[in-house]
Amino acid sequence: MLATLEGAVIASVLVLTAMGLSIVFGVMRVVNVAHGEFYMLGAVLAWYVSSVLGVNAVVGFVAALVLAPLLVGLIAAAADRLILKHLKYDPDRTIVATIGLLYIIQQTTLMTFGPDARPVAPPFNQRLALPWFEWGENGLEMFWPWGLSITSYKLFVIAAAAVVLLSLWVLITRTKLGLIMRATQQDSETALAFGIPVGRVYSVVFGLGAGLAALGAVLVVPIQQAHYLMGADPLLLSFIVVIIGGLGSLPGTVVAALLIGMSDGIISVFFSPTLAKIIATFLVAMVLVWRPQGLFGRAVT
Amino acid sequence: MSNGTSKKTDFSRRSALKGIAATTLAATALPRFVQAQSASPIKIGFQKHATGIGAAYGRWYDATTQAAVKRINDDGGINGRPVEIVIEDDGTDPKRGAEVLEKFANQHKVDVAFGTLFSHVVIGSAPRAGELKLPYFVVSEGHHVASGMLNRYTLQPGITDVKSQVQSMAPFVAANLGKKVTMIYPDFAFGHDHRDFFSKAIEAQGGQVVAQIAIPPSETSFTRYFPSIPRETDVVYHVMVGPAVLTFVKELGEFFGPSRPEIFGFIDSLEAVDITSPGLEFLEGTYFWEGMPRHAQAENSVFDTAYRAAVGVDERGASLSDSKDVSTYAHMFGCWETLNVIKAGMESADYKGPDDRAKLIEAVEAMSEMPHSMDHPQGPKLFNGKTHQVFGQQYISKVDGGTLKVEHTASIEDGMYEDEVDYTAQSF
Repeated sequence: MLATLEGAVIASVLVLTAMGLSIVFGVMRVVNVAHGEFYMLGAVLAWYVSSVLGVNAVVGFVAALVLAPLLVGLIAAAADRLILKHLKYDPDRTIVATIGLLYIIQQTTLMTFGPDARPVAPPFNQRLALPWFEWGENGLEMFWPWGLSITSYKLFVIAAAAVVLLSLWVLITRTKLGLIMRATQQDSETALAFGIPVGRVYSVVFGLGAGLAALGAVLVVPIQQAHYLMGADPLLLSFIVVIIGGLGSLPGTVVAALLIGMSDGIISVFFSPTLAKIIATFLVAMVLVWRPQGLFGRAVT
Repeated sequence: MSNGTSKKTDFSRRSALKGIAATTLAATALPRFVQAQSASPIKIGFQKHATGIGAAYGRWYDATTQAAVKRINDDGGINGRPVEIVIEDDGTDPKRGAEVLEKFANQHKVDVAFGTLFSHVVIGSAPRAGELKLPYFVVSEGHHVASGMLNRYTLQPGITDVKSQVQSMAPFVAANLGKKVTMIYPDFAFGHDHRDFFSKAIEAQGGQVVAQIAIPPSETSFTRYFPSIPRETDVVYHVMVGPAVLTFVKELGEFFGPSRPEIFGFIDSLEAVDITSPGLEFLEGTYFWEGMPRHAQAENSVFDTAYRAAVGVDERGASLSDSKDVSTYAHMFGCWETLNVIKAGMESADYKGPDDRAKLIEAVEAMSEMPHSMDHPQGPKLFNGKTHQVFGQQYISKVDGGTLKVEHTASIEDGMYEDEVDYTAQSF
C-alpha cells in the first residue's frame, strides 16, 4: 500500500514533466535536453516566491503554484524566440542548443540561488497512518508504522496532477488553441498556408512544455527541496517515459509515466531503488530494440 | 565585419615575439623576487566544497578558515609572515579534487593544501598530493588516514575519525538505548566506515546490527527506504549527508509518527539544518553524536565562547546575521584547529618555503598532546604521529525542548585503537 502510494506520487509528478517533454517533441520535433532545468527552475522560483511572500505557507504556496510555472513558461518562450527560432528547429542543432541552455540555466541558478538546498513549507501536512495487520501468536496483531504512512500533502499531489492532466486534455482536444497545436503537429507547412502563426504556436508550446515541468516541480518541492542540481533525475526519467510511451504520443506518455512511476515505487520499497532504475533503463533498451516507435507511437512512414 | 581586413595594423611577428619574451621573463622573474622578501605570505590552498553535495559544509568551512587565518595574522602570522588562503572549488568531486591539488602545486605554488571534508574527495586527491609532494591536511573524519590507505603527505590533525567516534559511542548506545540496531548511512566511503566500525563496536558491547540500509548521497526522497527497517529494531542509527538531509530527517519522522523506536543519529544528518524546523518535532528526546556541541551549554568553556564570536556564530550555532542560517558546527572547528596545527608545525620546523615541506611533516608527526586552549577550542587532543590521526573527546547530546544538551562526554581514551600503519616509516 505504501509502495503503491509512493509510486503514485512519483508517477504523478513524472507524468507532468514527461508530458511537457512529449508535447514539445510532438508539436515542434525538438528534443529539449534543458527540460530538467526548467523543472529545477520551477522549484527554485517556488522557493523564491514563497519566501518573498513570507508569513503564510498556504498563500506562498498558492502564489508559487501560479507564478512559478508562468515565469518558467515565459523564460522558455523567450528562449524559443531567441535561440531555437534562429536554428530553424533543425533537430540536430536544437539538441546542441538545448544542452547549452541546460548549462546556462544551471550555472545562473548556482550563481544567484547558490549551492544550498532550500525547503518550501507545504500548505498543509497531516500524517495519515494505518497499521500493518498480521496474524501472530495472539491473533490479529497491529504493527505501527509498517502498514501505511503518508501525508495529506502527498495525496494532494496525486489529485493535483490528475486535475492538471485532465485540463491539459481538454485544452488539446476541446479548444481552438488545441486545434491549432494539433494542426501544427500534423503538418506545419500546411498549417502555415492556412494562416496559422506557426512561429507563435511554437513559442507557446515550448513555454507550455516548460511550464508543465515547472508545475511538477512546484508540487514536489514541499516533499523534496529546491536544489540547483535537481534537474538531472527528472530529465532522465522523462526521457525514459517518453521513449517507452512513444515520442509525441500523449496517451502513451501517461501510461508509461504510470508504469515507470508505480514500478519505481513498488520495486524501491520491496527491493532497492537502484534496482528500480536498472529495470527502467532495461525497459527502455527493450522497447528500443523491439518497438522503436514506443508502445503507443505510430511507426514512421 | 566585411571590411575588417582593410584596417592596417603595425603588429609584426618580430615585435610580437619580443613582447611575449618580455612578458614571460617578467612573469618568471617576479615570483623569485617576491619569494626573496621575508614578508611574502605563506600560501595555504583551501580545497573547498563550494558546489556539489558538500556545499553547505564548504561555506562554513570557509567562514571558519577565514576567522582562524585572521586570528593567526593578527597575532603576527607564521614565522613573521602573513598567511594567505587560496580557494579552489572541487565541486565535492574526487576527480576535480585531484585537479585542484595540481593547480595548487603548479599554478598557485602553495606551501600546503588543506580543508577537504568529503571522504571520497580525500581518497581521490591524496594520491596526487603524495606525487606532488604537497602536504595535505584534511578535515574529513574518514578512517582512511589512520587505516594506512593514504600516504605520508596526508595528515588529519584537527578532527577525529569515524572509527574512533563510533567506538566511543557504542557503549552508550548499548547501555542506554538498546541492543538491536538498524543503521542508515550514505553509500560511500564515509558511510561504509560507519557501517564497518559501528557493527564491530556494538557487537563488542553484546549488541547486534539487525539491518544496514545504504542510501546514495545524492538521493532526494527517502520514504521508500524506511519499510526495510526491521520491526524488532530497538534503535535506529542514522547518519546522512548531502543537500537533502532535512528531507531525510523529516521523512523519518513522518514514517514513524508517534510510535518511534529509540533514535541515535550523527549530527551530520542535521548539519546546517535548524533543529526547530517544522516536521522535526519528533526528534525531541532522541540522541545525537556531536563533534562539538552546536548549542552553547550551561557551563560553556571560555574557549568555545570566544571561538563562536570569532567565527560569527551565536549560542545556537547559527550565523550572527541570520538566525535561520545554521552552521556545520560539529565539524568546522576542525578547520580552525588544523590551521593552528599547521602554524605550530611551521614554527617548530622553522619553515621557509616548499623545500622545507618534509621538515614540516616531521614536525607535525612529532606532536602529541594538544591542550584545550584557544588553538583547540573543541577540547584537548592527542595526536598520533605514526598514523597521522588525532584523537579527542566526543559528545552525546539529547534533544531537550529543541536544544541539544550534552548528556555524555566520551574521553579521548574511549576512542583509541591500535595503530594500523606507521607512516613515519615511509620515505618522503
